[in-house]
Amino acid sequence: MSTTTAAPRAAKKGGFTAAAANYLEDRTSMSAAVREFGRKIFPDHWSFLLGEVALYSFIVILLSGTFLTFFFQASQASVIYDGSFVPLKGVEMSSAMSSTLNISFDIRGGLLMRQVHHWAALLFVASIGLHMLRIYFTGAFRKPRELNWVIGFVLFILAMAEGFTGYSLPDDLLSGNGLRIIDGLIKGIPLVGTWISFLLFGGEFPGTAIVGRLYTLHILLLPALVLAMIALHLLFVVVHKHTQYAGPGRTQENVIGYPVLPVYAAKAGGFFFIVFGVVVLMASFFTINPIWNYGPYDPSPVSAGTQPDWYIGFADGALRLIPPGWEFVWLNHTWSFNILTPLIVIGVFIVLVMFYPFIESWITGDRREHHILDRPRNAPTRTAIGAAGVTFYAGLWAAASSDLIATHFMLTIEGVIHAIQAIVVLGPFVAFFIAKRVCLALQKKDRSIALHGYESGRIVRLPGGEYIEVHERLDEYERWRLVSFESYQPLMLRPNSRGKITVGQRVRAGISRWFFEDRIAPVTMRELEEGHGHH
Amino acid sequence: MRAKTHTPGRTVRKTGRRHPLATIALIAIGLGLTGGAYAAFNTSTASAEPAAASQQSVDQGKKIFMSNCATCHGLSASGTANGPSLIGVGAAAVDFQVGTGRMPMAMNGPQAQQKPVQFTGSDISALADYVASLAPGPGIPNASLLDTTQGNAANGGELFRTNCAMCHNVAGAGGALTEGKFAPALSGVSAQHIYEAMVTGPQNMPVFNDSNISPSGKRDIITYLKYIEKNPSPGGFALGDLGPVAEGLFLWIFGLGSIVALTVWITAKSN
Amino acid sequence: MAQDDNGGHELTTANSSAVEHARAGDPGTAVIVQDAVPNPGFPTHRPRITDINPVKQRRAERVVYTLFYLSIVGSIWAIAAYMMFPIESSDPGSVRLNTLFIGLGIALALLAIGIGAVHWGKALMYEQEGIDLRHPVRGSEVTIERAVEIFQEADQESGFSRRTVVRNSLIGALIAFPLPAIVLFRGLGPQNQNPVTLLSHTMWKAGTRLTRDPEGTPIKATDVTLGSAFHVIPEGLNETPDPLEEKAKAAVLLMRLNPADLNVSPARKTWNYNGIVAYSKICTHVGCPVALYEQQTHHLLCPCHQSQFDITHEAKVIFGPAKRPLPQLPITVDAEGYLVARSDFTEPVGPSFWERN
Repeated sequence: MSTTTAAPRAAKKGGFTAAAANYLEDRTSMSAAVREFGRKIFPDHWSFLLGEVALYSFIVILLSGTFLTFFFQASQASVIYDGSFVPLKGVEMSSAMSSTLNISFDIRGGLLMRQVHHWAALLFVASIGLHMLRIYFTGAFRKPRELNWVIGFVLFILAMAEGFTGYSLPDDLLSGNGLRIIDGLIKGIPLVGTWISFLLFGGEFPGTAIVGRLYTLHILLLPALVLAMIALHLLFVVVHKHTQYAGPGRTQENVIGYPVLPVYAAKAGGFFFIVFGVVVLMASFFTINPIWNYGPYDPSPVSAGTQPDWYIGFADGALRLIPPGWEFVWLNHTWSFNILTPLIVIGVFIVLVMFYPFIESWITGDRREHHILDRPRNAPTRTAIGAAGVTFYAGLWAAASSDLIATHFMLTIEGVIHAIQAIVVLGPFVAFFIAKRVCLALQKKDRSIALHGYESGRIVRLPGGEYIEVHERLDEYERWRLVSFESYQPLMLRPNSRGKITVGQRVRAGISRWFFEDRIAPVTMRELEEGHGHH
Repeated sequence: MRAKTHTPGRTVRKTGRRHPLATIALIAIGLGLTGGAYAAFNTSTASAEPAAASQQSVDQGKKIFMSNCATCHGLSASGTANGPSLIGVGAAAVDFQVGTGRMPMAMNGPQAQQKPVQFTGSDISALADYVASLAPGPGIPNASLLDTTQGNAANGGELFRTNCAMCHNVAGAGGALTEGKFAPALSGVSAQHIYEAMVTGPQNMPVFNDSNISPSGKRDIITYLKYIEKNPSPGGFALGDLGPVAEGLFLWIFGLGSIVALTVWITAKSN
Repeated sequence: MAQDDNGGHELTTANSSAVEHARAGDPGTAVIVQDAVPNPGFPTHRPRITDINPVKQRRAERVVYTLFYLSIVGSIWAIAAYMMFPIESSDPGSVRLNTLFIGLGIALALLAIGIGAVHWGKALMYEQEGIDLRHPVRGSEVTIERAVEIFQEADQESGFSRRTVVRNSLIGALIAFPLPAIVLFRGLGPQNQNPVTLLSHTMWKAGTRLTRDPEGTPIKATDVTLGSAFHVIPEGLNETPDPLEEKAKAAVLLMRLNPADLNVSPARKTWNYNGIVAYSKICTHVGCPVALYEQQTHHLLCPCHQSQFDITHEAKVIFGPAKRPLPQLPITVDAEGYLVARSDFTEPVGPSFWERN
């Protein structure tokens, strides 16, 4: 450091930095941490940065959110708005709404921070979703990372909860109607619903308690949980070391990539600023959640196009898809299957996704550690299940915008709902079939390229008059990417130690057969040598 | 797809209550039923009273009517199977329907669509004068009722949210109705047409007579709509004012899309 | 640990990734291919242009520091914009400029740092990839044995599994101690009220006038012309101590149809007045205000989940997830010609709940 040249020569080895480092080392023994992590290797691939997007947008949320808390008043006490926004002047509203308007219209940069916070929140949940899709389709959830998948999934749920509680805080018309829907949903739960709603809202809907309560959840309880889960999630990443894609020289026993210091730090650190920058750019150009248009909450008005933020859309869509009449009075009580069905279906879907790693390892019987990622095509059944799940989710999600689809594509609302009902029920099967066939076809193509090389487009006439197309063979590095995968066999039915075959075993063997029956084996050396012979 | 197949030349039209012009028929029936009450109501809104029209204009309007409208609405404007009676709908209805291009209808569909206006301003006022001469009805509002400098945007916003936003969206971006019908977007609609729509209830829109929303309340609503039309969203581009769906789509496609493109750049090998 | 100490070549070449790390007892079901294609090992490293060409290297350096300087410009710009684009009261345009220019400065400052740092990392930093070796996540057998031993010693020394009564009573106490927290949460709702009773009644009583929402002015029957839709609240709602809670149950939509269009059941013969009908605005699905009235089709549409109700058939559900018709408010006129309720709703309004029957 050139700044310390004038200092006495006490700190001989490098001046101020060294002195400071020594001071800290004497008190923290942090050299051990630097030795452990300073040169830790991280593989480099764009899809490995998706989780970082989530982490960084969460940091942006914390920063911008802290700014907002200095001005926001989480109270439903009634005030008369007297701020700068003319079309709401003199309108009666809650302090929550009024203080949010003041942040937007009376504090310089306040609206920017609100928009940064909201865009970052949408990005947070979206990047978690994309990150999860990457993990799923590459099989990165397999042993030893099953628990980290569960933790990540819990983070996804927590992120949605954070989003929903935040969405409801301004107490505007849109979020108020959102809460109204939550109230209706809760009331539909048998036995306890009425009371849960009564306690949650502190009396009858809407009451004057809900904003304060959601605020506590939004800025205290949920962020603490998110932070704890992120810490755990990252701890596991360190313990397991990052997965990597198959490639020449890469094995299950090594990690190839860049050390934390300096390259990874430069790229990941720089990426934080890039994500932050993109969010601020969006916030400076694009309006999000214009509460001044929605006005204060009042149980009587509602706006056309009342929708939740995107991540709650699938639940709202599920509600829309129920046909009329799914509600019965039985044993002197109301059974609201128009509400329970979506809740149950979504609940089952969530549980299946959350525990998928355990389900798959039970089916495959594979208990080895996996650190090399699968290409999606090399696990056709898993990829097909994923495609089915994505179709199902996308159908529910699209249903939440049925009215906008109708107006923008000149369709009828009824037609859109019926079409999406069909997509949600039948679409997953179609998607499963198509995805599986596409995977197998791609595997066959890989196999043929590995064996015979690329078609060069060059046609050559042989001396005998025969025309052939010249294939360009791959070098061994390119070929390795195409052949380095595993092929699995269905589980064999074998009697257990007491000589019996249990029902459980039969079921498992059946599912295993379904999972693995269609498969393409990787190219072997012998085939490769025979392939050479052909040309 | 909204009835694209129907050409203007065809005479097959939907009949019955769903016909887009049935609203006018209903108003006409309503007039007959409520009779004196309606007259009382009309006098209470003297400001919207039709101005006395010259006989010349009425005659001119009748000519235009005979050649352009009588096929569906009947030679005496009392309606046919293909179009409702126009007796008593007033000049306001004519000015709105013809002035926004909804009439004459080009094709059948869930509702009459806005399209380029088919007549000149003087033709439209002549037509309005003719229809108004058949029976009393809501007149074209005078300028003071449309003067947004006298309106109160805050009161208008409150009235708009209670009475209009459920169909037209809080920012006037429009919204879906049943069976392919929709409430149109309100930006770019003239103050006069907004006022006329409220008093006449075109198509499936309910009627907001002056005892429901007073003339000054209507002016406040127009003031509010013109305010949000003139002042672009303080937050930047409004993404069509369509709410969370537009925001979510934008975030996924452009927000996350650009970030993913950047991740590809970050991890690409430097040459 | 990250050094390239293996040189990349002593690493065991994988015959098949299926066998290379298999441990006894973990056979899996992968097909073990005997003559799988071998891992070719690392390809030779290709240097970057900045490694070979000093001109390009200097250019990259220039790009990086220019970006960092640009970032400083962005930050200063944001500070300047804070002062140059103040928010003028009553001018939303000024808010837009304030947001835009402060945001642009901050975005420039952030993006320039980010892109500069990444470019530095990509073009200038040493770029030979490193290798870490992996070890099974499971700890060594020695460590595991010692851990088990520690637990056993602790058990011995405490008598945890020996002294069963002591242990079980502790478990019981630990289960019991959080229970008071559950009753404490009863206090989240008012103590002396029962939600079922509250949900079963609204403000409407016999003789309560129908008034306009939000002004609260009473409505004469003659005001409601054919094709009209009035948004209605009970008279005096704005003066109640908790108007929003009352409004959330009592909001009503008033419409006038041609009496010939109404199909009235015998029990409801007296509930409309000359074709003027009043229905609860609160959807019977999950409670959104159902107020999209189509005056020709007489359909009501809920904008939240698209339930549709047919007013000519006593608000019967014709589409969407709702099951029950919207409750009808029986109305008539009083001596002065104002519309009044004949009674409260005859059933609870709004979303279904368990105790409803």
